[in-house]
Amino acid sequence: MVGRMSTSSENSKLNYILHLADNSLILGQRLGEWCGHGPVLEQDIALTNIALDLIGQARYFYQYAALTDNRGKSEDHYPYFRGEREFKNFLLLEQPNMDWAYTMARQFYYDSYCFVMYTEMLKSKDEQLVSIASKAIKEVSYHLKYSSEWVIRMGDGTEESHEKVQNAVNDLWEYCGEFFETTQYESEMIEQGIAVDASKLKEKWLRSVGEIFNEATLIMPEGKWFQTGGKEGVHTENLGYILTDLQYIQKTMPGLSW
Amino acid sequence: MDKKSWPLWEVFIRSKHGLNHKHVGSLHAADAQMAIENSRDVYTRRMEGISIWVVESKNITASDPNQQEAMFEPAVDKIYRHPTFYNLPDELEHM
Repeated sequence: MVGRMSTSSENSKLNYILHLADNSLILGQRLGEWCGHGPVLEQDIALTNIALDLIGQARYFYQYAALTDNRGKSEDHYPYFRGEREFKNFLLLEQPNMDWAYTMARQFYYDSYCFVMYTEMLKSKDEQLVSIASKAIKEVSYHLKYSSEWVIRMGDGTEESHEKVQNAVNDLWEYCGEFFETTQYESEMIEQGIAVDASKLKEKWLRSVGEIFNEATLIMPEGKWFQTGGKEGVHTENLGYILTDLQYIQKTMPGLSW
Repeated sequence: MDKKSWPLWEVFIRSKHGLNHKHVGSLHAADAQMAIENSRDVYTRRMEGISIWVVESKNITASDPNQQEAMFEPAVDKIYRHPTFYNLPDELEHM
């Protein structure tokens, strides 16, 4: 059978959906690493709950990707059988957990982005994306509340916690510029009213991050240089290690199910 | 923050409208807000509830287990306090 040639627009849509899916998957996988290692039982469970919300969102997006892709792949194909260069997640999300301050700073930056992004996605012309966004935004609202409170608690806490979280937000800042860049596949989808134009969200994001930093007595980083490339598949060395863990079983025993 | 300094909280969950909040367990949290969120994550993951109360364990005054006989046994032989001596009409359900 001769496969139908996919149009560039179908590819752009697939890439956009995969970008959304990969974001949720990679952060979900990262948070899962805390399972059994949380500082206290209650926070251990809280983080794995967030991880499961994210994996759930990833599944919705991968299922939609499978429908959009005309190669007849299952939803599992995308997380388990793609290589590093095919993943389109933000660099921020593959950065290591380090300690609680880093994990919360990473979460807070991303939750703040997700909240404005999914709010905007509710206006997409694509019904499927609207329906995923309307479910995700409830989860993200809670994640944002959770990570904001931790940023405030640490920032406005002891001298040591303040220093740790200030260092974490400083170090991770350079990965946030990528949120607002527009790739080729996005600009095509933005034109069609499908994708969110994230370049327009920067002011909103800065304002909401700034409010929390203010309350947390943290100084907003001012760096103007940003690491980018994740959305186009150019990653930091961290992603390879994540995928090695994540894909090991399926690469060793393809198609294994339980 | 030393986790030993996190106080213990008792958690009460209401499973649906019209029912009472029921004690479901306890957990550690730095303050009341965190106790509510921890309760949400620990005790309502399987849709167990629609409302949460938390109270710091030290604020609960409990009866003395050694006083059990004096406290509760006098009620044992007063079965007339149960409304079980009425004949209920058949139309009355759920009694």
